Amino acid sequence: MKLAWWKILTILILTYVLAMGLAGEVPRQAILNETVRNLYFHVTMWFSMVLFLFMSLIHSIAYLRSGKIESDDKAVEYVNTGIMFGLIGFVTGALWGKYTWGSALPKDPKILSAAIAMLAYFAYVILRGAFEDDQKRARISSVYNIFAFVIFNVLIFVLPRMTDTLHPGQGGNPGFNIYDNDNIMKPVFYPAIIGWMLLGLWITTLRIRLRVVERKLTEN
Amino acid sequence: MNEIRVLLRKEIQLEWRQRYALNGMVLYIVSTVFICYLHFNLNQNLLNPIVWNTLFWVILMFTAVNAIGKSFAQDSEGRILYYYTLASPVSIIASKIIYNSLLMILLTLTGFAVYQMAMGNPVEDQAMYVLALVLGSIGFASVLTMISAIASKAGNNGMLMAVLSFPMVVPLLLMAVKFSKNAMDGLDPSVSYDEIAILLSIDALVIALSLILFPYLWKS
Repeated sequence: MKLAWWKILTILILTYVLAMGLAGEVPRQAILNETVRNLYFHVTMWFSMVLFLFMSLIHSIAYLRSGKIESDDKAVEYVNTGIMFGLIGFVTGALWGKYTWGSALPKDPKILSAAIAMLAYFAYVILRGAFEDDQKRARISSVYNIFAFVIFNVLIFVLPRMTDTLHPGQGGNPGFNIYDNDNIMKPVFYPAIIGWMLLGLWITTLRIRLRVVERKLTEN
Repeated sequence: MNEIRVLLRKEIQLEWRQRYALNGMVLYIVSTVFICYLHFNLNQNLLNPIVWNTLFWVILMFTAVNAIGKSFAQDSEGRILYYYTLASPVSIIASKIIYNSLLMILLTLTGFAVYQMAMGNPVEDQAMYVLALVLGSIGFASVLTMISAIASKAGNNGMLMAVLSFPMVVPLLLMAVKFSKNAMDGLDPSVSYDEIAILLSIDALVIALSLILFPYLWKS
């Protein structure tokens, strides 16, 4: 089995991240203690999700410009991967919140915004189910996808900044940078972002290929 | 410009001739308010100002989804084809947005009059509250017109309209509720400038997106 260079890189980075993330040195902080490791597994999920939804937006725009059904295949698979990363983000966040905030699901504007944004993308998946014709489904769901991305941005980046949030780095809470004054987390955190993004990309390319094969099979 | 004016006049005349749609929506809002009156006002202590405000916005949201959800449903296949040969898609969506905004402002103000008769009026700054209602109505109309166009392409079922629209109107609703709450408490208008700015920018963003994207929907 031969793998492309970036797939080998993904395996190497994630092995490093898992090893260093679970066993490496982290700053000692009151309350946070060992939970600060969640930086590698929670924050990176949201970064990856934003990237995949953005990729989906680009492919939807490409579909509307060119009318190639392949662009729509890519758009929907990027949304699927984005939703998956979003759900993992929720779970890792809830685990962390349970030990640091004392509640897995506190009333926090960022959590609510993220939940609503997820609903918008679930609606996208449901909308796709309502069509029989491929081209019509692709065109109309592309339009909705562009709409959803704009609202997603308002929800994630604008509204939480209007109020106080429990999340680190905002609303008077110190960010992770302040905890990490020896810079010992950054050598793991930055590779972790790249590693999870590459993994998502890998999953997505496999699923896109599967979709293309399925289309070829049903056409004949 | 001229085209938009003609189309707008057509929408209004059509509505005026078959008044049952307009009357239906007014009756919808009146009966909802009456149900709320039965449940809340007969036990006075249940209704604090926050509930008063939120309840009204929830009523408005459902009215908006129902009233605007049918804006493309009325047009039959043949008639849509006829418009297609006559007018540009941009002027069609522009006229629909303007018409729906006017309709929503009318329904909202009627609803407000009925609501304050039934439930009392704890608002301190009436002018600002009405401004909040007008901005909220325009926002609902512009978001929901586009969503209704998408839903109508997917066979017009009510469930889809609700699923697609709720995540999209939430940011708007949050801002509108906050702004109107400030007006209700009689706070200085300068406190609400942030909310007004965000409401206006969401409106502008959504209208711009609708004008760009509607031609793609229209093609099918």
